[in-house]
Amino acid sequence: MTGRTEKMTGARAIIECLYREGVDTIFGYPGGQVLPIYDALYDSKIRHVLVRHEQSAAHAADGYARASGKVGVCLATSGPGATNLVTGIATAYMDSVPIIALTGQVPLSMIGNDAFQEANITGITLPITKHNYLLQDARDIPRIMKEAFHIATTGRPGPVLIDIPKDLTTEIIDFHYPETVKLRSYNPTYEGNIQQIKKAAQEISRSSKPVIYAGGGVISANASEYLRALAEKVQAPVTTTLTAMGAFPVDHPLFIGMLGMHGTKYANYAVQESDLIIAIGARFDDRVTGKIKSFATNAKIIHIDVDPAEISKNIRVDIPIVGNAKKVLEDLLKYVDRAPTDEWLTRIAHWKRSYPLHYVSNSSTLKPQYIIEQIYDACKDAIIVTEVGQHQMWAAQYFRFSEPRTFISSGGLGTMGFGFPAAIGAKIARPDRVVFDIAGDGSFQMNSHELATVVQENLPVIIAIFNNGYLGMVRQWQELFFDKRYSYTCIRDSVDFVKLAEAYGALGLRVKQPSEVRPAIEEAIASGRPTVIDFWIECEENVSPMVPAGAAINEILDLERKA
Amino acid sequence: MKHTLAVLVENRYGVLSRVAGLFARRGYNIDSLAVGVTEDPTISRMTIVVRGDDLVLEQVTKQLNKLIDVIRVTDLGSEDTVERELALIKVNADVTNRSEIMQIADIFRANIIDVASKSVVIEVTGDENKIKAIEQLLKPFGIKEMARTGKIALRRGPKGI
Repeated sequence: MTGRTEKMTGARAIIECLYREGVDTIFGYPGGQVLPIYDALYDSKIRHVLVRHEQSAAHAADGYARASGKVGVCLATSGPGATNLVTGIATAYMDSVPIIALTGQVPLSMIGNDAFQEANITGITLPITKHNYLLQDARDIPRIMKEAFHIATTGRPGPVLIDIPKDLTTEIIDFHYPETVKLRSYNPTYEGNIQQIKKAAQEISRSSKPVIYAGGGVISANASEYLRALAEKVQAPVTTTLTAMGAFPVDHPLFIGMLGMHGTKYANYAVQESDLIIAIGARFDDRVTGKIKSFATNAKIIHIDVDPAEISKNIRVDIPIVGNAKKVLEDLLKYVDRAPTDEWLTRIAHWKRSYPLHYVSNSSTLKPQYIIEQIYDACKDAIIVTEVGQHQMWAAQYFRFSEPRTFISSGGLGTMGFGFPAAIGAKIARPDRVVFDIAGDGSFQMNSHELATVVQENLPVIIAIFNNGYLGMVRQWQELFFDKRYSYTCIRDSVDFVKLAEAYGALGLRVKQPSEVRPAIEEAIASGRPTVIDFWIECEENVSPMVPAGAAINEILDLERKA
Repeated sequence: MKHTLAVLVENRYGVLSRVAGLFARRGYNIDSLAVGVTEDPTISRMTIVVRGDDLVLEQVTKQLNKLIDVIRVTDLGSEDTVERELALIKVNADVTNRSEIMQIADIFRANIIDVASKSVVIEVTGDENKIKAIEQLLKPFGIKEMARTGKIALRRGPKGI
């Protein structure tokens, strides 16, 4: 096939490119300007999942990419179809997820005329894509598709959008798919500078109070096993960010949990007292560092990141190493020795015992933390996708992740409504796994219409709604910082989620008592059907512990609610 | 502190808006921006004068390099460079003061490129200070209109950027 050219329409060429890139599934929604592309899809081998809103197509592509490590692809028509992708693209951009967004556009001759369903989507997505293209010549389709996949997946991954004027999709071109990409202006660094690596190794090996701070880059670089090897060789504790949950086994003795605003006390204490921070694929986000001036003031900082622009962006770095996390760790492992950390590990173990994550349970009210524990007990290798809010933090705190790509959550953008469509993508990527969308009653309602998609596609995703009748995280802030003035955060009794599930043809279950939790989870898993479990949790349970915004991360408060 | 950046970019649709958009959304200040094609017609050269401390400059450089269409970014600030800007200045002029204006133009090695009964257009090249100086001297006659290119710069000697 390669090397030969073949005549075909632009639309068929696009599908052929997807096929050559190994794409098996795309998520989309048809419309006027993509009719020729949909016609080409009609008899192609690529599976198309029809979502009910384009935003879900982008999130599903994102969930697919995070669960599989492959590229997620979404497709929408021009104008409103394209603008509906925007939140999903921004979500993927903030968490460095490789997705390709294909959008229809009005014919070339009409661009700029405010034609029907015209929107300047390349302009709109300029700040939220790694790169984007407006196709201007049908003959460029193979080259640009090849470049788009290359750019999305290499260096720091990210979304790439291709805007496709309709007339180009009906034009006949000589199709030849290039085997290589030539981009003189784009050469990501993979190998870390060996002098820097040696310097870092020296610092690490003599550090008595090191902390490894691992971010989502460890997962996207598939570097989890090297992270573990480093931690074990050096005997350094490991904390991860939200997006790196699963990069290091929760049950490992060197794991100290998530750090930052809702991290564990012992992770935050360890970071603050450390003499060396080894940041890997993490970007010192404000939710992690708290008050940046007070962050780990006694520590030297080693920062390993594939994106040079992340180095010294938020914090001064002593030893920067630009490169792919896996490659750099592989090299670093050759030079590091066990560090003198015995005393340090004893101290951390003491903190762990003194300040564990905890909640007060009782037999009558439903505690969200208990539900997460029960989901873990029932299905230890489940893929946990979340929406955004309190439930997201409880999932990160209480599920005992043991492998990468099993926790999928919108970390950077914090997109409510992300979880359900992302769970659809994750389930398609990993049909062998049970996939939960851990949701709040607020977040779920942002994309609950996707129940139609999971029923139509027969995707047994389980949506666990942590229903407290509030936009809970906002309510928590109002309780703490606005004198319990619950301004527009009460959404109680707005919908019967069981009936909603049934209306779509999904299974709906309701749980009000702790004793009903496990049977409901097991019924959902056994049913093999898309299922909504409506957990009526304790309404004013807070996420604890918590670092108030703008405080140093060791100024961390207990917010547990007594029974 | 001012820095002059020479930025080589793909000569392609939309590149200017990518660069300008980057400066806008990250809150960097551009003092001047000049763009033109280079000896290689597929490459454009942008000369950007940006204000900020070393940390800002480092971020600007890194963020520019992240743009896929940016081929190379060089800070000319610390280098030995030649810099020029071109300005066209339309000044009120009639028989009573035209020769005085022409004298000023002569001193600055500027050219008169249009003469009308009530105005002249002066073309002047030089660094920012020179342009500022002639502007000051012409002000009393009444500047009707002025257009400036923004600074362009090259490194001295045989070496390129």
